[in-house]
Amino acid sequence: MSNIPAELKYVTSHEWIRLEADGTVTIGITDFAQAQLGDVVFVELPEVGTEVEAEQDIAVVESVKAASDIYAPLAGKIIAVNDALVDAPEMANEDPYGNAWFFKMELANADDLNNLLDADAYAAACE
Amino acid sequence: MAKQTALYAKHLEANGKIVDFGGWDMPIHYGSQIQEHKAVREQAGMFDVSHMTIVDVRGPDATAYLQKLLANDVAKLKESGKALYSGMLNNEGGVIDDLIVYKMDGWYRTVVNCSTREKDLEWMSRQSKGFEVSLTERPELAMVAVQGPQAIERVKQVKPEAAELIDGLNIFQGKGKGEWFLARTGYTGEDGLEIMVPEAEVAAFWQQLLDAGVAPAGLGARDTLRLEAGMNLYGNDMDESISPLQAGMGWTIAWEPAERDFIGRAALEAEKAARAANPQQALKLVGLVLETRGVMRSHQKVVVEGIGEGEVTSGTFSPSLEYSIAMARVPVGTTDKCLVEMRGKLVPARVVKLPFVRNGKQQF
Repeated sequence: MSNIPAELKYVTSHEWIRLEADGTVTIGITDFAQAQLGDVVFVELPEVGTEVEAEQDIAVVESVKAASDIYAPLAGKIIAVNDALVDAPEMANEDPYGNAWFFKMELANADDLNNLLDADAYAAACE
Repeated sequence: MAKQTALYAKHLEANGKIVDFGGWDMPIHYGSQIQEHKAVREQAGMFDVSHMTIVDVRGPDATAYLQKLLANDVAKLKESGKALYSGMLNNEGGVIDDLIVYKMDGWYRTVVNCSTREKDLEWMSRQSKGFEVSLTERPELAMVAVQGPQAIERVKQVKPEAAELIDGLNIFQGKGKGEWFLARTGYTGEDGLEIMVPEAEVAAFWQQLLDAGVAPAGLGARDTLRLEAGMNLYGNDMDESISPLQAGMGWTIAWEPAERDFIGRAALEAEKAARAANPQQALKLVGLVLETRGVMRSHQKVVVEGIGEGEVTSGTFSPSLEYSIAMARVPVGTTDKCLVEMRGKLVPARVVKLPFVRNGKQQF
């Protein structure tokens, strides 16, 4: 069974979103996503400063099995990317909710957070 | 409802992630495909290959029948137990399947792919008309491939009564022991054994190997290992529309004796002449190495500047080399460089001779 932490928000394209104290969000891929992908071997991240739309493909995660696009769950600006993940992509399998975060964003509209799934709704979407 | 092998419960016990493979519920990995791959290259791993189809060929015309059915020539098999790799071709020279044939005592055992089982059996049966032979499928035999530098040692440890038999096996040779059949063959580029075992005994044997430290490995690792070893996968690297000459299987065609009229021979001879007359149009199978990030995948387009185009037939991330490798069908004139179209971009790749890895070592 996948691990779906209750304190995070989710989208059906299998990214998780964590709201930080300063109002920014941190984004990664879920345990379900990493298990479906299998061993992750490359990660490509967006450039810091990029303005993105919700559902825009902005990163790529490539496993032994397949390449998958990673989508911006919300509109906003990329303010940080996880270079350590690029150097050690296997972290996406080992620690998907911790060290393997992908990027951080400043949201264009904080209200957009209300459109995200909670853990129960995401668990239902993975059935 | 997919079929399950006699080891299905063992796969679940070991947390195998089960996928449908040619109508069988098989483990793709047990956690990490890369770790399973490395276990085989560095120590020993085992694969459940019970889904493969075993067909025994018996009867006074068995040799003559196989000499017609296969592009390679079973007359090359001098000693009992020796194995031969061959394509089984259609009349147009396309590959219906690739298989292994073992010479037994007065009969032959063939192992064909599971995904092609029905058409293979139908074809083999149809071609047997006029020959005094019997074809018997052996679904009651399970099969385990134990592969890696420590594989043979581990099997001898758990099966001491077979140690002497195993020590007597040359590479590409098998021998029976009661209902068991042990062969020094595999699909990984490492030394090891493929062992046919009565279904009722296979779970206990698997457990003994586990207890001896042999790592269970899934179909995912099997694919990356065979690709590193430069071994073809039916359906990817060749099929009924591809001849052995375009699939790196030229060495499996026994042209001599010239009077042996195997199925597909006339088409292959015509193709060989056409390739010689017009090499620009001919295709060959090569290895590709990607020197940048990313992973080559089957069906990606290959562009060879000034020469023409080709296609990636199998591509993956190589766990041993830690970059992407692929097999590709490209124009014969291709030398050392090409471009691969990946996710909308043309990316430079190096062209190398197959295989990539054998016995744990880089080969190019």
